[in-house]
Amino acid sequence: MSASLLVAADAGVWPLRLRQVWKVFRRELGRSHSAWRNLWLPFLAFSPPFIIAGHALQASGCELQEETMILAAVIQLFYLRVTIFFGCLGIFMRLVGGEVAERTLHYLFLAPVRREVVVLAKFLAGTLTTVTVFGTGIFLSFALMYAHFPEGRAFVTVGAGAAHLRAYLLAGALACLGYGAAFLALSLIVRNAIVPAIVFLVWEGVNGVLPLWLQRLSVTHYLKPLLPAELPPEGFLALFTVVAEPTPAWMAVTGLLAFTALVLVFACWRIRRLEVSYTAD
Amino acid sequence: MFEDVSKFYGDVLGINNVTLSLPPGITSLVGPNGAGKTTLLNLMTGLIRPSRGRISVAGMSPDDPEVFGRRVGYCSQFDAFPAGVTGRAFVRGWLHLFGMGGARVEREAADAIERVGMTEAADRKVAGYSKGMRQRIRLALAISHRPEILVLDEPLNGLDPLARADALALFQALGQEGLHVVVSSHILHEVDRVSDYVVLLSHGYVVAEGPIHGVRTEVTEHPMQILVRCARPHVLAAGLFAGEHVVEVKVHPDGGGLLVRTRDAPAFHRLLNQIVLESGIELEAVAPADDDVGAVYQYLIGADTETV
Repeated sequence: MSASLLVAADAGVWPLRLRQVWKVFRRELGRSHSAWRNLWLPFLAFSPPFIIAGHALQASGCELQEETMILAAVIQLFYLRVTIFFGCLGIFMRLVGGEVAERTLHYLFLAPVRREVVVLAKFLAGTLTTVTVFGTGIFLSFALMYAHFPEGRAFVTVGAGAAHLRAYLLAGALACLGYGAAFLALSLIVRNAIVPAIVFLVWEGVNGVLPLWLQRLSVTHYLKPLLPAELPPEGFLALFTVVAEPTPAWMAVTGLLAFTALVLVFACWRIRRLEVSYTAD
Repeated sequence: MFEDVSKFYGDVLGINNVTLSLPPGITSLVGPNGAGKTTLLNLMTGLIRPSRGRISVAGMSPDDPEVFGRRVGYCSQFDAFPAGVTGRAFVRGWLHLFGMGGARVEREAADAIERVGMTEAADRKVAGYSKGMRQRIRLALAISHRPEILVLDEPLNGLDPLARADALALFQALGQEGLHVVVSSHILHEVDRVSDYVVLLSHGYVVAEGPIHGVRTEVTEHPMQILVRCARPHVLAAGLFAGEHVVEVKVHPDGGGLLVRTRDAPAFHRLLNQIVLESGIELEAVAPADDDVGAVYQYLIGADTETV
C-alpha cells in the first residue's frame, strides 16, 4: 500500500472530507479575493452607503417614517432585487465556470475528493464572500440612514431599529444562499448565463402575480415575509412589492433553506456528470 | 481496461469501439494529432465519460475519486495553473487535498520537486516558468502522492533534449519501482526506448497493440529491416541473395555493414549463421533496424513519422 493510502485509512472518511472542504474553501477564497476583476462586488455593495451618506450630509428635518421607507426601498429594490442577484450571479457562476475558463478544474477532479465536497466547499466560499460584502453594505446603509438625526438614533437604540437591522441582514443572507445555490446549479448546466439570468430576473420580478405554487419556486417569495417595512404597492413598484399570500416568517426561512438544499443536491448530481473538456468550450 | 469504449463529442468521433487491456510496465500510446490519445487518457482518468462501454483501472472505477485519485496520477496536457501560485505551493496545495499533515506535505512536495529537477525554481511563481518547467512541475504534482498508476499525456512536450532524457530516465525509474506508466507521445523514437507495450491509435481506432516486437512481427506485409554490422559486407550480401525471403540488401553508407530487408526473420538468421560459418566473416552486430514504434506506425497507418 502506498504512503498516501495509509493517510486515508488513518484519518477516517468524514474527518478527511471536512479537511478537504476546508482546503477547497480556502483555495476558493484565495482565488476570488486575489482577483482584481472581483472589485466590482464591493463597488456594487457599497454604492448605496455612499449615496445615503451624501443624503445624510445634505438632509435636514428628516422624518423617521420617510427615512424608513427610503431604506426599505434601497434594501428591497436595490439590494435584494438587483445587487445581491447580480452579485451572486457574478460570484457563484464563476465558482465552477471560472475554473473551466481558467482551465484548472481538472486539478480538483483528479484529486481524491468527491465532487460533492467540491460543490459544497465552493458554495460555502461564495456564500461567505457575498454575505460578508452585502451584509456590510446593508449594515452601513442602515447605520448611515439613521445615524444622522436624533429620532433615527433613538429608533435604533431604544426602538424597533435593531429588529429591523436583524431582519434586513437575515433577508440579505438568505438571498445570498438562495440566489447563490441557484446560480451555482445554473453554472453546471449552461456556459453562458446571460439569457438564463435574464429569465430568472424576470421570473423573480413577476413572481408575485403568479399562482401560489409557482411563487414557491422563487427566492423573493420567501424573502418578502421577513422584511420589516412594507413598501406601498403603487404603480410599477406594486409588481415587486405585493404579497399575495403572506407566509409566516419561520416558514419563509425554512422554505428558503429547503430551496437552497434542493438546488445544492441538484448541483451535486450535476457535477458528478460534468466532463472536463476545455477545448470544447 | 477498456471494454468496447466509444466517445463522441456531438457528431465528432473521439475514440470508437476500443477494447484494451494494458499490462504493468510502461505503455506508450502513439498516434498523430486527433488520433484519440488524449481522449483515451481523459476517459481513463475520469475527466470525461464514455458514450458507450466500460472503463476500469486496476479494478477501480474513475467514478470513485476518493480511491481512484489516491492511486492514479495524471499529468494532463492542460497547461494552466491557479493564478499567482509558486511551483512548491502548487504541489503543496494538491497534497493537502490528500489529508496529509503539514510536515508530510512539505516532505512529499520537496521529494517530488527534486525528482523532476525543479528544486531551485520551486519557490518562483509558475507564471514565470518556461514551458518545460511548467511541464516538469505538473509532472511533480502527478507523482507527488506516490500513485501506483501514472498517466502522462505528451509529457515530453516543451522539454529540451536534456530534460527529455531526464524525464525518460524518470519514467523508466518509476516503471522499475513498480508503477504502471501510461504515456502518450508523438516523439516515437524516444518513447519507444522506454516502452514495454505500445498502443497505436489512428482516427479514434486502435490499429495495433502489444509488446513492440510482437506488433512489428504482426506486420507481415512489410519486410523487416535488419542491420548487420560486419567486415566484408559485399561477400555477405552475395550469400544473402540466395535466400528467397530476402527482398533487398543494401550496403550501409559507411561501408561497415548491410541493411537487409526480409519477409522471414527466423529464416534470415539461419541463413546468416550458415554464411558466417562457411565464409568466416566477422560479425559485429545484428539488430532490427525498423523494430520500433515509428516503423510500425508508418507501416500500419502510412503516416510520416516525422509528423506524428
